[in-house]
Amino acid sequence: VTSTTVLEPAGPSKGTLTLVHLYPREMSIYGDRGNTQALASRIRRHGYTAEVVLHDPGDELRTDAHLFMGGGGQDSGQARVEDDLEAIGPTLRSMAADGVPMLVICGMYQLFGNSFHTVTGQVLPGLGILDVTTHGNDKRMIGPVCIETEYGRVVGYENHSGSTVLGPGQRAFGTVLSGHGNNGEDATEGARSHHVIGTYLHGPLLPANPMVSDALIAPAAERATGRPFEPEVLADPLADEARGRQVRRLVGSRR
Amino acid sequence: VATAVVAGKAVRALARLRGGGSAFPGLVAERIAPGILSQALADVPRGIVVVSGTNGKTTTTKMLVALLRAHGRDVFTNPTGSNFTRGVLSEMLPHLPVSGRLAVDTVVVELDEAHAMRFIAEVPPTHSLLLNVARDQLDRFAEIDHTADLLARLGAASTEGVVANADDPFVARAAGEVGVPVRWFGLDESIADRLPELTEHDSRFDDALAAHEPGPGDARLRPRDERVFDIVFEDLVVGPVTLHQRGLAAMINATAAATTARMLLGDAFDAATAATALAEVRPPFGRGEVVEVEGQPLELVLVKNPAGFGVALNTYGSTPVATMIAINDNDADGRDVSWLYDVSFASLRERGVSFTSGIRAYDIALRLHYDDVATDRVVPDLDAALDAFVAAHPDEPKRVFCTYTAMMALRRTLAARYGLAHFGEEVRT
Repeated sequence: VTSTTVLEPAGPSKGTLTLVHLYPREMSIYGDRGNTQALASRIRRHGYTAEVVLHDPGDELRTDAHLFMGGGGQDSGQARVEDDLEAIGPTLRSMAADGVPMLVICGMYQLFGNSFHTVTGQVLPGLGILDVTTHGNDKRMIGPVCIETEYGRVVGYENHSGSTVLGPGQRAFGTVLSGHGNNGEDATEGARSHHVIGTYLHGPLLPANPMVSDALIAPAAERATGRPFEPEVLADPLADEARGRQVRRLVGSRR
Repeated sequence: VATAVVAGKAVRALARLRGGGSAFPGLVAERIAPGILSQALADVPRGIVVVSGTNGKTTTTKMLVALLRAHGRDVFTNPTGSNFTRGVLSEMLPHLPVSGRLAVDTVVVELDEAHAMRFIAEVPPTHSLLLNVARDQLDRFAEIDHTADLLARLGAASTEGVVANADDPFVARAAGEVGVPVRWFGLDESIADRLPELTEHDSRFDDALAAHEPGPGDARLRPRDERVFDIVFEDLVVGPVTLHQRGLAAMINATAAATTARMLLGDAFDAATAATALAEVRPPFGRGEVVEVEGQPLELVLVKNPAGFGVALNTYGSTPVATMIAINDNDADGRDVSWLYDVSFASLRERGVSFTSGIRAYDIALRLHYDDVATDRVVPDLDAALDAFVAAHPDEPKRVFCTYTAMMALRRTLAARYGLAHFGEEVRT
């Protein structure tokens, strides 16, 4: 049975947003539950009801969902979700093309790409939602990251051995100011198509970068209510300070 | 080798004068004579034990050493918690005659999984004690499966015996494949439902383990209440024991230490001697160490991974006191602070957190906010936060949860102001 929690806003609800966390047990190794927690909290603060669905392997996919989140896992975790992901893949692909916002981190970002090429030459097909290709690597890319995005500067932490290259025309999520990013060479980080964001950043990503949460919530709210997103004006002093301090540590005052 | 020993000793003396640097003298000695560690340990006659695992190494090592010494063993250990090969060597230098051979009968060292690999490359241990595998500082070890594999290699390298945690699926798998005798420790059936307090349960949900029937030499922890417990072997019982350190985690560490001591001592193991020795062990620094500050106890609790932080919150949750949390992200802390989102802070909700501090003071305050735990003040500077924390709660007990380098800094300040024992020394009683 799918685990579902409904969280109401403090005042009257502007509508219900259904948020699906894909494989929270297998694919949440870097605190990725924090992203779901941050989204749910922010949905409520904007005056909407958050219905949080934990999707485990074998569960029926909520095809009426307005927002998806998937995190990073280790190899054994990825192996456990493979079959389910293959089964729900076509539906996720058409929902993504239809504009359903999705945030996929690290391992799930790689699985949302075209393919993953292991060090031994094996080719594992991905869902092809993002036009990226990842090659296994002996070198791990580890450390704090700061990137420039259309939402402003975003901070996080990366830890991946896969080296990802964007296909021609594929937009990046951001430009690396400090850290490795997709591959340590072309200064790109992550990928964005429609309302799907793939990235290597955990930290987890959303608590300290609430503007990214809003970029995901806005299209989700529009889909859920059929009306434009009606945001509240929110103050995030702790998040702003946490992020600001990391930006100053990593890129100083240059640029 | 004599040159290396002398050089290492000299550097150690200098490092002490400067007030720090626990691994550097070992590095100097190692550079001058690369095989110095294996040579130093070549003549140790009655056992070389490596204690490894994610949580509880320092406490368990201290308990095991106390048990062996109480039975008359002459033991060398690395008591400063510098659980690195070079730290072991640095600690050894003052004890090392110029011949380069250590004159003790037993060696017990705590090593994290990665450094255990370097150690076994030079010195095959006779025994290893495999405590647990939890997610810890993934930026160093990359993945939990990899960590488990390192423990399996440590077990396989042990020449005489392995002691293993029966309740940890990773450890059980690792120890199941060794060719030497294995002794198991774990929770008694009567408290099997408390296992989640000790393990990072959700990440290994499908590793359900067939119950391990205790055999000769295996031990089970059977608590009588929150403070008093027995360590139950098939043929004898160590207990009742009351530790200085509180909580189920310390009890299971004592069970692990007793199982290992018995494997090493054989018939010489005496239950009454063991119970007395365990009761006398003082908590290692930062593991529930209590400092008297302005007439009130201040407790320092080291936190470094979700399982450990969860266990610490479970241990103390029943007695809420004024709380500060200090999070640094230097190398020794783990540079990635994502793991804070895998800890539930709900037990702090009622009382709230008085101060957050450290390099990532705002990140932990933000994390607490998402669990609806209010933080009174965020003060990144550790000394300023400590002063304000003490001043804000003059008449009540206090507790500081802190990562490694935050703890070292706070401990230095506390030592300077309140006469705390020096790093690595016993607190005088």
